[in-house]
Amino acid sequence: MIYLQLLWSFIQIGLFSIGGGYAAMPLIQHQVVDLHQWLTMGQFADIITIAEMTPGPIAINSATFVGTQVAGLAGAIVATFGCILPSCIIVLALAYVYYRYRELKMIQGVLKGLRPAVVAMIASAGLTILFLALWGGDAFPTALSDVDFIAAGIFVVALVVLRIWKLNPILVMSGAGLAGVVLYQVL
Amino acid sequence: MNEKARKFWTLFWSTFQLSAFTFGGGFVIIPLMRKKFVEELKWIEEDEMMDLTAIAQSSPGAIAVNASILVGYNVAGIPGALVTILGTILPPMIILTIVSYFYDAFRSNRIVNLVMTGMRAGVAAVICDVVITMGKSIVVMKRVLPIVMLVVSFVAVYFFKVNIMLILLACAVVGAIDTIVSEKKNEARPI
Repeated sequence: MIYLQLLWSFIQIGLFSIGGGYAAMPLIQHQVVDLHQWLTMGQFADIITIAEMTPGPIAINSATFVGTQVAGLAGAIVATFGCILPSCIIVLALAYVYYRYRELKMIQGVLKGLRPAVVAMIASAGLTILFLALWGGDAFPTALSDVDFIAAGIFVVALVVLRIWKLNPILVMSGAGLAGVVLYQVL
Repeated sequence: MNEKARKFWTLFWSTFQLSAFTFGGGFVIIPLMRKKFVEELKWIEEDEMMDLTAIAQSSPGAIAVNASILVGYNVAGIPGALVTILGTILPPMIILTIVSYFYDAFRSNRIVNLVMTGMRAGVAAVICDVVITMGKSIVVMKRVLPIVMLVVSFVAVYFFKVNIMLILLACAVVGAIDTIVSEKKNEARPI
């Protein structure tokens, strides 16, 4: 049943996305694109873009979007509920434990171990989106000559601006969108 | 309106507004919450807010949702937590439902298509920026284990398509063992 599948998928996403934000991205890709094929990689890249442009956490945004696309409004509610359920239980339990014991060496150790894995996962999802943006496919690119030079230019400028001037990502993305319209029209 | 109803309404409306204006999600909401609940309303102590932030960050799920659960629970128990959850998830749900319904029409528009293509390159840059910043924080620890874990996890996810849950579980176990081992070492060493 589609509602149960949505619920279970987003419970897993909610449960395993530690560190918030971008950490949820590869998990969503795994469940929604690879496992259930509810969205194509292109649609997935669109949600990440939309999630960046709209307020609210990426996980909630994608749960609503995927839920609506797959099973309408009820789907959106089920997916969002699944997404926040693990947080509710774990956060409340942790808050209780925390106030009793404060120092939690073991939990800190586990979290430290998770950090490299989270970075690796985000890098992997980021690379997939990068190839989609620059080569129009999510496979490892074969020929350098097939590259979309306009997209590549926008990517490089955006990255430099982000690294050096630490500009707000929303501004950078709006600029990238504007550059897209202008450059693709002109060239 | 009686005292209690007003408290719940303030909780709901504060989290609703905070959520509606936190773009990009994540950590941005924490300083905003601090300003509202610690400085303005004085419902939460400064130190307590710091503890709550640590819990919100180290728990699974969206930081914004976790933080609002904690604030709600702190102020008015479980009912308070339910109210703040609702306040936090409603704005993104409403906006994304609308976007989702218009997605097909929206996407087939030529200009929108060009904007999205340009923005996709922008998103790729934003994610690369995040990866570089996060990767740096691991490299500067100057320990071999986390770097090895990073490389092995990346190869496993990207090239071998290993299930992400498995990798997370494995790294959690490695992290726990690493903590036990270094604790033992500290005990053995005379101070």
